[in-house]
Amino acid sequence: MGVDNPLGDNVITTSLDLLVNWSRKSSIWPMTFGLACCAIEMMATGASHNDLDRFGIIFRASPRQSDCIIIAGTVTKKMLPVIMTVYEQMPEPKWVIAMGACACSGGIFDTYSVVQGIDEALPVDVYIPGCPPRPEALLFGLLKLQDKIMQERNSFGNAIGLGERYIPEAA
Amino acid sequence: MAENNRAVVKLKETFAASIIDVVEFRGEVTVTVAKNAIIEILSFLKQSLQYNLLTDLTAVDYLGKKEERFMMVYLLYSIPNKDRLRIKTPVTEADCTIPTAIPVWKTANWLEREVFDLFGITFSGHPDLRRILMTDDWVGHPLRKDYPLQGPDREPYKGRLS
Repeated sequence: MGVDNPLGDNVITTSLDLLVNWSRKSSIWPMTFGLACCAIEMMATGASHNDLDRFGIIFRASPRQSDCIIIAGTVTKKMLPVIMTVYEQMPEPKWVIAMGACACSGGIFDTYSVVQGIDEALPVDVYIPGCPPRPEALLFGLLKLQDKIMQERNSFGNAIGLGERYIPEAA
Repeated sequence: MAENNRAVVKLKETFAASIIDVVEFRGEVTVTVAKNAIIEILSFLKQSLQYNLLTDLTAVDYLGKKEERFMMVYLLYSIPNKDRLRIKTPVTEADCTIPTAIPVWKTANWLEREVFDLFGITFSGHPDLRRILMTDDWVGHPLRKDYPLQGPDREPYKGRLS
């Protein structure tokens, strides 16, 4: 009807960026790494009521199978090297979510032993405020991360050595 | 009241010269003793008076409030007699060391490491006196009153409106 469809009904055309980003955003596998009370909310988000699985978000117990780390709780200076090791073990591409006031800024723990925000050490993609954030807030943060992933350009080409990866600035 | 406590009576009989103070507050008996007799007194309390559980071992920093800067605190419990006793002993900043209580209660090992880590009191005779809470390369002892709350490398917080 009007437009010819020479490839038949079972073929669609799209850009590589769109296909790669769509598959990445639909299978965000976060590292299970709970640090404090935020981890309880993170578990609640993963459980049946909110059900992260419906977004393809499946918690992995190994950093080598993960592409997202949710910093869920207070990061002490003693724990920071452990988090860095876990983050470095994750394969590219990888994203970081700072969940809760402590991970964003140190929160109420303005003391000698606490890192004043995980962004001092890791490149944070999404900040989720709250103490702790409700599961809906974490869910919203993960959807924001999906939006961000969809706006990336040429990350696949960059991975095979063609051109620069383009990551849009925060809106 | 405190004078009738079974431990206080025995301690006064045996270590009269080493007892500095006996206080009772809300049913809790505290005996302050001299540092040089601390291990003899603690082992006497365990062997003869059945204070077989060292509930906690900690310290207090009285910077600028007392002549002797630190106060070691031993919280004892007797499981057979179901009663508690608090033993305190002053430690000066100049001679910031005290004999270890590990020969009396083995649980003192980690508790003393914690006091060493956070207050900087050394325990002579301790087999493994390392930091336990802070990182190994940490400088300073955070629970000392002259340790800056936000760490030595940060500008101290002076209030929201400053």
